[in-house]
Amino acid sequence: MLVTRNISKRFGGVIALSSINMELHAGKVNAIIGENGAGKSTLMKILSGVHTEYEGSIELNGKAVKFRNTKEAEDAGIAIIHQELNLVPYLSIAENIFLGRELVDAFGMVKAKLMDDKTAELLAKLNLTIHPDTKIAALKVGQQQLVEIAKALYTNAEVIIMDEPTSAISDKEVDNLYSIIAQLKAEGKTIVYISHKLKELFALADRFVVLRDGCTVDEGNMNSITQDELIHKMTGRKIAVEKRTAHFNNGTELLSVKNISLKHSFIRFKNILNNISFQLHKGEIIGVYGLMGAGRTELMECIFGLHPKNSSGEVMVNSSAQKIKCPADAIAAGIALVPEDRKLHGLILNQTIKSNISITILQKLESWGLLNFKKEKKLAHDYISKLSIKTSSDQNLARNLSGGNQQKIVLAKWMATHPQILLLDEPTRGIDVNAKSEIYKLIKMLADEGMGIIMVSSEMSEILSVSDKILVMTEGQLTATIPIEEATEASILKYAIHKN
Amino acid sequence: MTSPLKTYSTSLKRFQSLIALAVLCIVLSILSDKFFTADNGLNVLRQIAVNICIATGMTLIVLTGGIDLSVGSILALCGAITAGLLKNGIEVPASNTFIGFTLFGAVVVGLLAGFLLGWFNGFTITKFNVPPFVATLAMLTIARGFTMLYTKGHPISNLGDSFAIIGTGWWLGIPVPVYIAAVVVLATVFITQKTKIGRYIYAIGGNEQAAKLSGINIKKVKITVYAIAGALAALGGIIVTSRLDSAQPNAGISYELDAIAAVVIGGTSLSGGKGSVWGTVMGAVIIGVLNNGLVLLNVSPFWQQVVKGSVILLAVIIDKAGENKE
Repeated sequence: MLVTRNISKRFGGVIALSSINMELHAGKVNAIIGENGAGKSTLMKILSGVHTEYEGSIELNGKAVKFRNTKEAEDAGIAIIHQELNLVPYLSIAENIFLGRELVDAFGMVKAKLMDDKTAELLAKLNLTIHPDTKIAALKVGQQQLVEIAKALYTNAEVIIMDEPTSAISDKEVDNLYSIIAQLKAEGKTIVYISHKLKELFALADRFVVLRDGCTVDEGNMNSITQDELIHKMTGRKIAVEKRTAHFNNGTELLSVKNISLKHSFIRFKNILNNISFQLHKGEIIGVYGLMGAGRTELMECIFGLHPKNSSGEVMVNSSAQKIKCPADAIAAGIALVPEDRKLHGLILNQTIKSNISITILQKLESWGLLNFKKEKKLAHDYISKLSIKTSSDQNLARNLSGGNQQKIVLAKWMATHPQILLLDEPTRGIDVNAKSEIYKLIKMLADEGMGIIMVSSEMSEILSVSDKILVMTEGQLTATIPIEEATEASILKYAIHKN
Repeated sequence: MTSPLKTYSTSLKRFQSLIALAVLCIVLSILSDKFFTADNGLNVLRQIAVNICIATGMTLIVLTGGIDLSVGSILALCGAITAGLLKNGIEVPASNTFIGFTLFGAVVVGLLAGFLLGWFNGFTITKFNVPPFVATLAMLTIARGFTMLYTKGHPISNLGDSFAIIGTGWWLGIPVPVYIAAVVVLATVFITQKTKIGRYIYAIGGNEQAAKLSGINIKKVKITVYAIAGALAALGGIIVTSRLDSAQPNAGISYELDAIAAVVIGGTSLSGGKGSVWGTVMGAVIIGVLNNGLVLLNVSPFWQQVVKGSVILLAVIIDKAGENKE
């Protein structure tokens, strides 16, 4: 049995977990349930030795344990199978399972035959009839997952943590996974199962732990609770939200999206997005809510022309059909995208604030084929003051600014294109409270000026306070369109959780 | 926020290579009385003119995060094409006639050939996602092979007095290749600092994903850059051919390494996005001065190589040390 006592964790000033107490039972499937940001991943990272600084204690079978790294957690018998699998693609199954703990003879030579044999035994146990020599890259995701489980079995893990294990595998593979979990359970392993899919949890789990805002809300036996009660526990908090009083009064239609679908890039017959249609009006703010893996980011990317090969569907701007095959097409159609990861996709960190802001409209800053530095400087200064970006000079590098100011630069570079439609993907992720409220103000101001805005967010309070209308997505489907007057946290989450 | 100390250290970093060059010159002047003379200075400049042409093109490529190993072979092939056209023209087999080329015509075709070879590099890199190292490694061999085929393995010599001006002429007391290199440098500095495509080059090297999302046509920029580098390598080939009055089939071997060395010593990051053409010019001058000084001091050619390699290593270590402090 794995027990946590008063585990708390802070990141700087932000409290991620506060006094988590829970019991994870051996021979049971323990479901951990919570919204995005409830603290599930942080907790799992503590249990598996990724985060080593925390308050409180962990007990494994009655003994207090504290891990200094992931190796120690593994040695103690805790294995984690991440959503993003941790295998080396061009090594064989056996080489992956024995990675870092190779069996060697007296001369330091690896005993390849022995490792292959042991691997074959493990794989047979998991109904995987593949030669241990096969490279990981040649396996399907479901098979790779089984290799991870085999690795956990080899290390004699007592606690196996699975993070969203069914998110990327086919139905048949799911069935096999279920039977393996049942088998592991019978052997007395502690299974910790993280998932958003309620039906799956009710079919599989024996116990549940509900997390909300970094606290344990409740734990108990799965058969003593109903789906609705569970959803209620996940959302039970009362957030005082001041909703936007719908300023927009059925303005003209700006954007119409019809039947957008996106094929999975390597799993055949699997769609990341399925026939999504909606309309955005002038001056309207649409909030898009969904749990991890719902396909929200991909929807924005499809509209912005980032998946020209795998996506299908129609995009109309101002009632005229658009062929958007790349970002330049989208920009020309008056669309802008503030991406989810500003450091990876939004900014050129080693360049100045000025060059980051002007990059989208350099062609407009040219006179006679030359860049007009005066115009560029004016542009940068206009936005630095308009968005109150805190910096001593437009020559400072983007990397040296705080998260909030970096996000403002990304907003500025897109506002500079004067878009009619602004797509915002998690616009306030990882920035402080003050910068957040400034960005909300800005979003509302832009909408009041007539821009149409789509805001993807995982933060319920943000969705409720900024949007005029809320779209809810689950597993690539649009499951609900809720006008803001009718939206409550519970009603949104009801549609966001996968029930089938 | 910038503190005075930091501004001081960043401006120190900016002039790092200039300071290194100054120190080098002072030391060499003390060690050899032949070093600090106008004649020797012009001699150095004339020797590095070709490397500067190639290395400026290389800088543009490295700034996008790429590399071009084929410039030495492109130099040889285009030098040979120019020489061949000038001397023999093109034979039209059907009518048994020759098309002759003027000096201007031959040079233009030579440059154009370099441009196209570079364009082809960019095309394979962007269209088929071939890593630049591999694509240009292939071109290194291919272009060398074509050079051998075109010259049949023999030098093409005796190209006439007017062609010789390009590589050996003087004007107002300064060698012609120095003027050519200066024009190339000024043009590329201009492109990188003052134009849209210059910004795009830095943006792509700085963060290709962000550049793509900003609507930049990455393929077009990259192809352009490789094509320019090809043309500049051809220009280098024309200068070399003119100076020797002969197109050698194995001209330009390992020139790509000298060009990369100049780029690296000049402080341009091989991962792209950071650096400048001026830096590369400094790098090329440092290499040239070092070569020249070691010759004047009668250092054995074997030791010269050891010293040159060490300087490259040292330059990058200093650069990296400065980065880590930031």
